Amino acid sequence: MAAYRLEMRDIQKEYFGNRVLKGVSIRVEPGKIYSIVGENGAGKSTLMNILFGMPVIHNTGGFSGEILMDGNPVRISSPQDAVDLGIGMVHQEFMLLPGFSIAENIKLNREITFPNMVSRLFGSRLQSLDIPAMRRDSRKALDRLGLSTLDEMLPVAGLPVGYMQFVEIAREIDKEKTKILVLDEPTAVLTESEAEVLLATMRRLAGEGISILFITHRLDEVLAVSEDITVLRDGEQVATLKTGEASVSRLAELMVGRKLEAVGCDACAPSPKGDKTLLKIEDLRVDMPGERVRGLDLDVYEGEILGVGGLAGHGKIGIANGVLGMYPAEGKLILDGKELPLNNALEALRSGMAFVSEDRRGVGLLLDESIETNMTVTAMQCQEKFLRRMGISLADGGAIRRHALKMIRDLDIRCTGPEQIVRRLSGGNQQKVCIAKAITLEPRLIFVSEPTRGIDVGAKKIVLDLLVRLNREMGVTVVITSSELAELRSICDRIAIIYNGKLEGVLPPDASDVDFGLLMAGEMSHSRKEAS
Amino acid sequence: MADLENNGLPRESMGERIREVIKDFGIPRFIILGFLILLIVAAKVLGLSMPQLLGSILTRFGMNGILVLAMIPAIQSGTGPNFVLPLGITCGIVAMTLSIELDMTGLSAFLFSAGFGALLAGIAGYFYGVFQNKVKGQEMTVGTYVGFSVVSLMCIFWTLVPFKSPEMIWPYGGSGLRVTITLEKRFAGVLDNLFSFDVMGVTVPTGLLLFFALFCVLTWLYMRSKSGIAMMMVGSNPRFAESAGLNVNRLRVLGSVLSQMLAAVGIVVYAESYGFLQLYMGPLFMAFFAVASILIGGASLKRATVTHAVIGTFLFQSILVVSMPVANLVVADNLADVVRIIISNGIILYALTRKEAGVDVR
Repeated sequence: MAAYRLEMRDIQKEYFGNRVLKGVSIRVEPGKIYSIVGENGAGKSTLMNILFGMPVIHNTGGFSGEILMDGNPVRISSPQDAVDLGIGMVHQEFMLLPGFSIAENIKLNREITFPNMVSRLFGSRLQSLDIPAMRRDSRKALDRLGLSTLDEMLPVAGLPVGYMQFVEIAREIDKEKTKILVLDEPTAVLTESEAEVLLATMRRLAGEGISILFITHRLDEVLAVSEDITVLRDGEQVATLKTGEASVSRLAELMVGRKLEAVGCDACAPSPKGDKTLLKIEDLRVDMPGERVRGLDLDVYEGEILGVGGLAGHGKIGIANGVLGMYPAEGKLILDGKELPLNNALEALRSGMAFVSEDRRGVGLLLDESIETNMTVTAMQCQEKFLRRMGISLADGGAIRRHALKMIRDLDIRCTGPEQIVRRLSGGNQQKVCIAKAITLEPRLIFVSEPTRGIDVGAKKIVLDLLVRLNREMGVTVVITSSELAELRSICDRIAIIYNGKLEGVLPPDASDVDFGLLMAGEMSHSRKEAS
Repeated sequence: MADLENNGLPRESMGERIREVIKDFGIPRFIILGFLILLIVAAKVLGLSMPQLLGSILTRFGMNGILVLAMIPAIQSGTGPNFVLPLGITCGIVAMTLSIELDMTGLSAFLFSAGFGALLAGIAGYFYGVFQNKVKGQEMTVGTYVGFSVVSLMCIFWTLVPFKSPEMIWPYGGSGLRVTITLEKRFAGVLDNLFSFDVMGVTVPTGLLLFFALFCVLTWLYMRSKSGIAMMMVGSNPRFAESAGLNVNRLRVLGSVLSQMLAAVGIVVYAESYGFLQLYMGPLFMAFFAVASILIGGASLKRATVTHAVIGTFLFQSILVVSMPVANLVVADNLADVVRIIISNGIILYALTRKEAGVDVR
């Protein structure tokens, strides 16, 4: 018997030349809980996809490195291989059939059957289900999780989210072979009391000899349950430590780190920042699925570049979408002393705000229209620009062309001409078209969400420089929402960190990594709660 | 400008260029065009009168054109080809029967029918548009069945309507209207014969073509107007339109209204040229031929222009006109209609399989 249940040695993975895992090694002992922490995009999910043999890995050229189970090298080329080896995975998104009962979900594709007349003739696929046996097994699995009150015949649809999580775990531990259980951010959708129960369950399962790989970014939970912790950042294994050596602030610091050197244009003048509040957001609530804002108060000062950061799912994306009327919102907006109606995109645009959406292809662009059309139609519709009045308002082709050519030159958009379809542009150039569309509105306040998502490194710097130029040269107030803290720190005057739909705190860009890490992990509100 | 051209684009070889041209033109259009040429050669060999065929093509082109234009507002506002065309067509027919009942004749009868029909169709289009906003994503299927239902419902109407004009009721009296009503003494040919002239044996229906051209220009102008561009935005990406502060639902209703109004005018022009008014099941399949026409012309389910409508109507009608006598001579006499149905359903099917062309295909 080898000392380690699972070993992954020097795992490396590239997606189209982009290295997302740069040599990660982990060693999990039997009956121990091993945590992997990291920001979004640090490579945690990729590592687990490799372990579980997900097709996405093998369709993109596989990986390099070795995986050993109980000391023997293994090849995992499909999820079925992983299951056969005794690896159980509880996914971030539930993989349950809502219309089926809990027992049926637990036993899905591993149903207990007995032969009947038809199956004797046509093969075992047509055997009857042994419902009582399936119920018994499910009951046992649920009891092991401490859910003795949950009826195994209830349909999954309509269960509270927390219970669905437990059903997934029950499914995995019902597999007799399961030796390693992977929990991918299991507490993200749970309430605090549910999370407590889950953590207790994890300890109990570990006590039964199952090894658990726990992936999360809630640092206090990590410290509460695990023995070993690996911190990933940008695909690199920055540290592996024992729980005894770790603290929340140390983990936070390791997790955030400094990733990029300053990208902004150092030569330009500082931002024309004043103390005047341009936009006051009071008790904003936005019903954006997955990015809910739950009562946010935030002031935007005239002339500044304000960064909005935080982990995925905590609502930072919802803010701009709520202010600009893209998702149902409640609360109060005061722009330059005047209250603005919510849920009204037209009023928002007319009052001098503009929005570069995080969903470039889904919201930001008309993919099958030309560059010039994309740049000008929004200004045409809400500001009556680019129109000629001849009885009816007709599009002014000349003015549109002149404006598009100027924008293409100013923003250095690489294209074959203003008539090119935007679908054929690269991500970076598409983003420039989106920004050009917003500039065309001549806004005082521009909201830019995830400006560098999905574009290559070179284009990232150009896009960020462009935003800085917009601020310095045209005096536009900029609010940038981004998952990449490093890029916020490189160009923002202040950075607001959002946690659980609320403002957790505002930091200067040169604040320490520890402070950012703590705010992003919500440690401030946790300690506040404990104090009260 | 010069350095903008070819920026980043590799030089293409001749073979690739030809392939590009074919791709841009579209394989189905290539097949249809090839088929048409084949038919024309066959007609020539069989000794059919070319001027007569050409005259028929021009007439059928003009008489069907506006019905095809009716597809543009629907497609551009994002509801797909307008399969509920019988709704507007019915409104046009009601207006025409009313003009006969009121004993109107000539151009005034034609203009009254077109105008009043458009008004009725606008109202019907509004209510249908409101309904359509509740079945987003299912517009084509729902539209097809609503179209069928409207036609059937109107069958009851035609048997009950208390019109008294002897031209419309059955010759043996009783209540209800005939299946086919002649417009000979009303407004048949008022456009066809307007400024009509013969050149090399081809009769050119000048008035009809001018009327169609007028509607093409109007539609083209509208599509370049602020409102038309807003409609395009809604059709092309509703989320984008929302982020630009547009009222998506209202523009979809407007698209439905305009489409039905064009349908009503279209059927009046059609009847004027045909010389007969077809009630009851007459309008049942008209939507399919109009949908097929614009798709042949190069439109997709999300994008259509006046050029698509013009090219498509010309190709589709040409094939019908030429295939009819050719088929009659070569095979059996009913083949032309079979060809029409195969082509129209085939091209609609082709367009449906390419639905993803408009959406993200990563």
